[in-house]
Amino acid sequence: MSNATNGSDQPRRVVVVGSGPAGLTAALYTARANLAPLVLEGEPSSTGDQPGGQLMLTTEVENYPGFPEGIMGPELMGHMRAQAERFGAEIVAAKVTRVKLQDGGPHTLWYTDPSTGEEVQVEALAVVMATGAQAIRLGLPRELELTGHGVSTCATCDGFFFSGQDIAVVGGGDSAVEEATFLTRFAKAVTVVHRRAELRASKIMQERAFANPKIRFAWNRVVTELVGDQKLEGVKLRDVQSGGEEELGVTGLFVAIGHSPNTGILKGQVELDSDGYVVTKSGTTATSVDGVFAAGDVADKRYRQAVTAAGSGCMAAIDVERWLEARA
Amino acid sequence: MAAVTTALTDATFDEEVGASPEPVLVDFWAEWCGPCKMIEPVLEEIAQENVGRLRVTKLNVDDNLEVVRRFGVMSVPTLILFKEGEQQLRLVGAKGKAQLLQELSRYI
Repeated sequence: MSNATNGSDQPRRVVVVGSGPAGLTAALYTARANLAPLVLEGEPSSTGDQPGGQLMLTTEVENYPGFPEGIMGPELMGHMRAQAERFGAEIVAAKVTRVKLQDGGPHTLWYTDPSTGEEVQVEALAVVMATGAQAIRLGLPRELELTGHGVSTCATCDGFFFSGQDIAVVGGGDSAVEEATFLTRFAKAVTVVHRRAELRASKIMQERAFANPKIRFAWNRVVTELVGDQKLEGVKLRDVQSGGEEELGVTGLFVAIGHSPNTGILKGQVELDSDGYVVTKSGTTATSVDGVFAAGDVADKRYRQAVTAAGSGCMAAIDVERWLEARA
Repeated sequence: MAAVTTALTDATFDEEVGASPEPVLVDFWAEWCGPCKMIEPVLEEIAQENVGRLRVTKLNVDDNLEVVRRFGVMSVPTLILFKEGEQQLRLVGAKGKAQLLQELSRYI
């Protein structure tokens, strides 16, 4: 770890918060522009805010250009990290705990040093927020208790434990359908529980799922209750049209109902929209605070792709570079 | 420094965990699990910093289904802390070093 992170030194020119495709691309470009970026990459977790971001919880990525045979999510992130480091990005495995942002900078960020447990303060002229988003939970009683005992938000982590069993996936978007398809490798049958009568997932994913004999659909249904004492034994479903209730016997429930942005530390400091996403000025990565830029899923509820995140990380780096030049 | 973390199997589990004078932390992991890879270096650091106070071990869930079933592990990574063979603490999902140390501090 560098002593340049010490609060008494000169401010860093740029600090990147987050290390998914957006953060690491911003790091790569600012490193190549000789801005010596510090990347606060986050801490290990299984929820979506870990170093490497959401791709660390995926398997095969088939839609990242340049990999005609596909590439494993964690491997792709390993490459991005190595590429950013090669050009001098300094990466610290710590999660930012709070920030103090001020128009025009310098901004102050705090994180806990993973080795000493001490709080470290770092000043930055420009900040790129690339903290991403994480999976939303259902918000049902006992959901946390049963996580790891049948309830999961990570199909690639937990699918293996459901060999030959009946399980369910909640959601109708790309991640739900992708998880359902992946889980058929292990499960006897996968029921996709979706509150509408059609999927939002991309056509290619839908077709794959419809063609898969192990996947069934419970349309117009929502999960209202988790059944089971020590571990999950079933879920109660409600038909949103008729109001009728039924129980589905499953030992596993994978939740893929969407994402929420990791913007807790930004509340009250940067303009966020009603869903908590960072608001950026159209066509740029500039936020409501001069010198603070946002890239990737933290500011994007529309596209949310690895490649769009990487693209906006590049935009943020160029925005930072021009911003620093203009104030020099 | 040589790795301090040791591997357990179905065959060695009872002896290694039951007979250990120190508390034993077992990391249930898998090759295909991204978050497991993330905590590997963290656990190795914890192992090296707590030699004599804590034994850190790992169990590959693909190859050791008997132990996996016995403890009802349904997610990786799962960390279970044993003291005199008894389960004391169970943590599901990857966590940072500071949080892990805080959770473990009552037992080591």
